[in-house]
Amino acid sequence: MNAPMHAAMLALDPLLIDPIGWEEVGIVSLKVVVAFVLLMITVMFMVWFERKVVSDFQNRIGPNLAGPWGILQTLADGIKLFFKEDLIPEKSDRVVFQLAPYLSLVPAFLVFVIVPVGGNFNDGNGGRVSWFGHETLVQVADPPIGILLFLAMSSLAVYGIMLAGWASGSKYPLLGSVRASAQMVSYEAALGLSVVAVLLQSGSLSTNEIVAGQAAEGFAGFIPNWNVIVTGFVPFVIFLIAGTAELNRPPFDLVEAEQELVGGFHTEYSSIRFALFFLAEFMNTVTMSAIIVTLFFGGPAGPIFFGLTWLWPTIWFLLKLLVFLFIFVWFRATLPRLRYDQLMDLGWKLLIPVALGWVLFLAARNVAQDQDWGTGGLAAVIAVTLGAFIVGGALLMGAINTARRERLADELGTTEFEGSKS
Amino acid sequence: MDASNVDYVVFFVAGAFVLLGAWGVILSRNPVHSALSLVGTLFSVAVLFILQEAHFLAAVQVVVYAGAIVILFLFVIMLLGVDRAEQLGVDPIGGQRPVAVLIGAGFIAAMLTAVIAGADSLSGTAQPNKVAPPTAGSTVDQTASDIEQLGNRLFTDWVFAFELTGLLLTIAVVGAVVMVRKVKGDLAPLGESVIDERLAAYEARLEETAAEDAADAGSHGTTDADDEASADADADEDAAGVDA
Repeated sequence: MNAPMHAAMLALDPLLIDPIGWEEVGIVSLKVVVAFVLLMITVMFMVWFERKVVSDFQNRIGPNLAGPWGILQTLADGIKLFFKEDLIPEKSDRVVFQLAPYLSLVPAFLVFVIVPVGGNFNDGNGGRVSWFGHETLVQVADPPIGILLFLAMSSLAVYGIMLAGWASGSKYPLLGSVRASAQMVSYEAALGLSVVAVLLQSGSLSTNEIVAGQAAEGFAGFIPNWNVIVTGFVPFVIFLIAGTAELNRPPFDLVEAEQELVGGFHTEYSSIRFALFFLAEFMNTVTMSAIIVTLFFGGPAGPIFFGLTWLWPTIWFLLKLLVFLFIFVWFRATLPRLRYDQLMDLGWKLLIPVALGWVLFLAARNVAQDQDWGTGGLAAVIAVTLGAFIVGGALLMGAINTARRERLADELGTTEFEGSKS
Repeated sequence: MDASNVDYVVFFVAGAFVLLGAWGVILSRNPVHSALSLVGTLFSVAVLFILQEAHFLAAVQVVVYAGAIVILFLFVIMLLGVDRAEQLGVDPIGGQRPVAVLIGAGFIAAMLTAVIAGADSLSGTAQPNKVAPPTAGSTVDQTASDIEQLGNRLFTDWVFAFELTGLLLTIAVVGAVVMVRKVKGDLAPLGESVIDERLAAYEARLEETAAEDAADAGSHGTTDADDEASADADADEDAAGVDA
């Protein structure tokens, strides 16, 4: 395989197109270290932020002793957990028990490498910056599969939780982990379908190009060209709901429902292994928020006003990130937990059909634009989609109702009202 | 840094992990450990795909095989309670092991023959111009990324096969649903009258219970008790639905 083609296909990052020397390797290593440190600091901040905000919601003070405003509380907790006794239950599967926390942590970090956290995207600049005389992107990696890496890692994250529950050799963790894996596998479908809506719009899987597409001038000059608006809001709502379920955060935290399952899959974990699960959970929250910002809210794209041109995009990114971190805490503080059947109904009977329908609508709209059907064509596309939505929705509701009635009749017919249920 | 050297290092490391995982699958006594080793193998194969610049294939390998299929394996292993070490002393099918050795040896021989005899054509050095000729009349841009090429091919040259695969999967899903449905008695659809009759009986029973409750708790109004009773019944019904 010849060299230029090799480079063009291997990476879109301009840093890696030229022959790769030690300097390039050094820059990439530096990026990895900086990203890891930044993510850890953000996670520490997130734990403190969540505790503080939730305590405000609940009219308490929250952590306030370690450091100013209790900001070092996470560090103190981490040190405490580190020095606690590390228990491995007698009935556990020792190898898998020790492996599970890492299987949960590594995917959480790997997702972050595809998030662009800075770089000037204005005027078709494509987020390129110049570091040490080399052009590069402000993200650890920009693989051609881009956002598929996120889907792949979120499907691998199931292993950590599932194996932790199984390896503990105890009932409650096993129940928690079965719940978790069923939930995560179910909601991945809705998550993937709402990502497809964004990809139809961007025409690329690369996160850098997704952000660059959103940096273009939008409707009427002042409304940003963000995917949340361009894709019609529905995919964003589905992604947010499915993402919350994927994170096993409230109101979808049946995985660790304290009243039913003690602590869920990590009941038997203590000390640093528990800390790793805790870390992975919050790291996932941060990366999920970052992915939402990247996919739907233009990532680091935004106006650059004065002075430090390299700093503004990162500031925009962090501000957008903070909004979603707050939204996740807000969910936790205000929404009651769903019941398990409600969770499955929401995922399979509402989110997946709606996401699928919306993808078809967007595809039809794109065809109408590509073929120059004009306003009339667009109106026809919308009318046909609406008709298809109504017919499809009616069929689905009919099927669900029939199934319910038949089940009810079946139960009433075979078992008397108080009789034993098979 | 020479790119081909890096290629070799990645190939040998990933290849070692593929073999290690394969050994793990057949040598582990615990089915869960076998499944985990399988994940290791699948993941390493994904790395090999990336080395061949088949990025999309690598992503699909991880999402579909590691992320969905092995998860289902694990579900089955855990839910069926076979997650214990196997008793290897007993041979469930007589004569199974010698036959397995024979077939395995034959397979290895076939592989070795193919690799040694066809080394030139496999590595593409024999006839470089004949490797992967573009389909006649295809509009695929050879310089585009693998994802674009794959997408173009799937939805132009191979659209019929693609649709058929989709149909096959749909049939599999419908078939699975039909097979797990519990059908009691004859297959005739349930008439409206039967459902209404049973619903009426159910409601009558609810009212009866409600009346009993009202009699028990004098302080409660009838309507309250009625609501409570039906709410309880709903909860019962939901729980039964989840169990089923």
